[in-house]
Amino acid sequence: MSNTDYIISETAWCPGCGNFSIIEALKNALEILGKKPHEVLVVGGIGQAAKTPQYINTNGFCGLHGRALPAAVGAKLANMDLTVIVHTGDGDSYGEGGNHFIHNIRRNVDITHFVHDNQIYGLTKGQASPTTGLGHVTEVQVVGNVNPPLNPVLVAIALGAGFVARAFSGEKEHLTSIMVEAIKHKGYSLVDILQPCVSFNKVNTFQWYSKRVYKLDESYDPTNKLKAMEKAMEWGDRIPIGIIYREEKPTYCDKIEFLREGPPLVDRPVDLQKIKGYLNDFI
Amino acid sequence: MNYNVLIGGAAGQGVETLSSVFEKVLQRNGFKVFSIKDYMSRIRGGHNFVQIRFGDQGFFSHVDELDGIIALNKETVDLHIGRLKADGFVICDKQVAHTDGRVVALPLMEVARRIGNVRVSGSVALGAALALLGIHAAEVEAMYSKIFRPDIAKQNAEAVLEGSKLVKPRYSQSLPMDNLLSFQNSPSLPEVGQSILINGNQAIALGALAAGCKFYSAYPMTPSTSIMNYLASKMPDAEIVVEQAEDEIAAINMAIGASYAGVRAMTGTSGGGFSLMVEGLGLAGMLEVPLVIAEVQRPGPVTGFPTRTEQGDLKFLISASQGEFPRMVIAPRNAEDAFYQTVRAFNLADKYQIPVILLSDQFLADSTVTIKPFDFDGIRHERYIANAVEDKPYKRYKITPTGVSPRVIPGKIPGVTVLVDSDEHDEYGHITESAEVRQQMVSKRLKKLEYLKQDLQEPWFFGQDDFDVLILAWGSTWGPLAEAVSMLNNEQRIKYAALAFGDVWPLPTRLLVEKAKKAKRIINVEQNATGQLASLVTQETGIFCNFSVLKYDGRPMSPRYIFEKVREKEKSL
Repeated sequence: MSNTDYIISETAWCPGCGNFSIIEALKNALEILGKKPHEVLVVGGIGQAAKTPQYINTNGFCGLHGRALPAAVGAKLANMDLTVIVHTGDGDSYGEGGNHFIHNIRRNVDITHFVHDNQIYGLTKGQASPTTGLGHVTEVQVVGNVNPPLNPVLVAIALGAGFVARAFSGEKEHLTSIMVEAIKHKGYSLVDILQPCVSFNKVNTFQWYSKRVYKLDESYDPTNKLKAMEKAMEWGDRIPIGIIYREEKPTYCDKIEFLREGPPLVDRPVDLQKIKGYLNDFI
Repeated sequence: MNYNVLIGGAAGQGVETLSSVFEKVLQRNGFKVFSIKDYMSRIRGGHNFVQIRFGDQGFFSHVDELDGIIALNKETVDLHIGRLKADGFVICDKQVAHTDGRVVALPLMEVARRIGNVRVSGSVALGAALALLGIHAAEVEAMYSKIFRPDIAKQNAEAVLEGSKLVKPRYSQSLPMDNLLSFQNSPSLPEVGQSILINGNQAIALGALAAGCKFYSAYPMTPSTSIMNYLASKMPDAEIVVEQAEDEIAAINMAIGASYAGVRAMTGTSGGGFSLMVEGLGLAGMLEVPLVIAEVQRPGPVTGFPTRTEQGDLKFLISASQGEFPRMVIAPRNAEDAFYQTVRAFNLADKYQIPVILLSDQFLADSTVTIKPFDFDGIRHERYIANAVEDKPYKRYKITPTGVSPRVIPGKIPGVTVLVDSDEHDEYGHITESAEVRQQMVSKRLKKLEYLKQDLQEPWFFGQDDFDVLILAWGSTWGPLAEAVSMLNNEQRIKYAALAFGDVWPLPTRLLVEKAKKAKRIINVEQNATGQLASLVTQETGIFCNFSVLKYDGRPMSPRYIFEKVREKEKSL
């Protein structure tokens, strides 16, 4: 398979947007994994990140704002052979879709969730998102954001996610390698990808992130949950990027025998004679 | 011949268990049964009752007059004795002080205590009632053992037996037992296995399984929850995934995702949950992903009457979501119809790539009825899935004469990818801002609605062919109306006929227009306050109804209610 299998057409993204390197990294990750376009499903909600399925030649599902995760889970359970990857933004995943974020971590279906986290609402032109820093002034948060930001990495670890990482769009190769690991992980995996918004976030710029991020090296043990939570809380002058926490655990499908064994649901015939036998429940 | 028995008590006293055993016993004895549940939105206390009508003919509605009452507490006696026939009976514990001569006070608690479990006193009462009615209580232990662990089931079966010993001598004279017993032995009766005892929600659930539904996601909401319960009970055996979602928004979006990926998928809820699903409905419409939704109505708005019935969501359902796109709404009229319409809903959802809504209600959902077993041999799974594509790249939204584009399942054809988008999109599924493409795509989607009209089913017509008055109804109101029309025609004064709509959107109009032309007057009978079908009929055909018979107190209409209201209106002319 060659690079051209994944074609980026003309996009609606601003020049210099972190989305370009994120989609490049995704493309490279899929290549490394040897996935063919028809074997992959990319699901988005609504927002700029959520347009990712539009710009890559895989199966694509652009659904509702906040609702990418339930759609992705439904698709994965229907066809476990599909590699299902969700691309959403911080507003989409952590705001509008917060409930689904929480419960799909618990569900642990084998899907991969890449959040383009630019700490701002881009498509609606610059309001605070759930991850916007305190004091950040916007047209709506006129006195500066008074609501402390959500820490998605910490939340995901606390809820029991089996793969939680932070990455930076400015570190494309590093991001690619994390994406590969995230896709390979069996179960729900979250990668919170820090990304500048060149148009609407004048605080958390490329330089702002570049100065702060540092890569976790081999001395870091991502299997220690308490240490991982500590690492997740490191946010200030220095921000760690890399796999913060990982743990192998049974997925949703592992726990349901008929899903664990045998072909995907979509390939299973309906045994009408068996269903007819259920009439005996009513005599 | 028909009888009407009420079992009542507080929530938690076992009214539902007793009635289900009673209904099974009746079914096994060859009776036709129709029962309604009246329960409160609470776990303990309050007052719940089940009314069981049974006899030698099929029923699809309840009646108010009672032949018997099995009262698990005093409140039941006080609340319902006013509806008891002069020769009726009340069975209750002897501690319930009542001066009415029809009350048979029995040592229910005493017997239960002797058996060693005070909670079986209801079964003692049931045994007494069965004996009184001359009905053989066969196989009750097996019935109880489906509900309780073996030792408790045994105690309950013993309670039925002991209860039956309490009344025989005294009541063999007062009820037409001979009649019942001879009926029991009549050779024309169906054998066990030739009738099924089922409610509307179970019929929908079984219909979904028969249609090959492989994915059901829902959030529990009365009165729709028993659809999920039945499907979940078949989860491993039928290889269906039943997932309890975190909310109704997740439920519908999961089902859409599963359907996109190629399995038949469904969700179910009541009006409040459906309100949350509305954006998802639009998504199914825009993505052209087949979807079946069961909306089991209860009185709204918001929490309303959680455990009661209404037909208040028709206009909401046919117009829910912003924008204009095709959908279909089918209102099943009885449990049998609910089964076949569910199978049809899946086939039509696939054929037209649209959401199809089954609009039921609490009355249909919880009413148990004996009907003939469903015909599985006639069931077809019409999927309309393309196994090859002409266009490269594949056009998920190819413009076609019917508006329906060839549907490919993602991952199933190497080299072909399937792109869908909630944004307005071109034939490939790519986002567009083009005015021309927008117009083409809106027209394409709406064209399916025109094409769909070839598959519409006309309403059921019944009554006198040379009628004067035409009655219009939809969904479950068919049950009481069918009986009411017979009652009205039996008076031999004015001739009545009726149309009961199952397909309500798009509204089939051929038979309606034809019959309306012959009608001197038209009356709509609906379980709501504003006559929603009547206004839909006017909107679609210009036909006006002269009168409405409406009910919106949360309790289902009885045939007599319709009969009296129609007669009242006719007299006022």
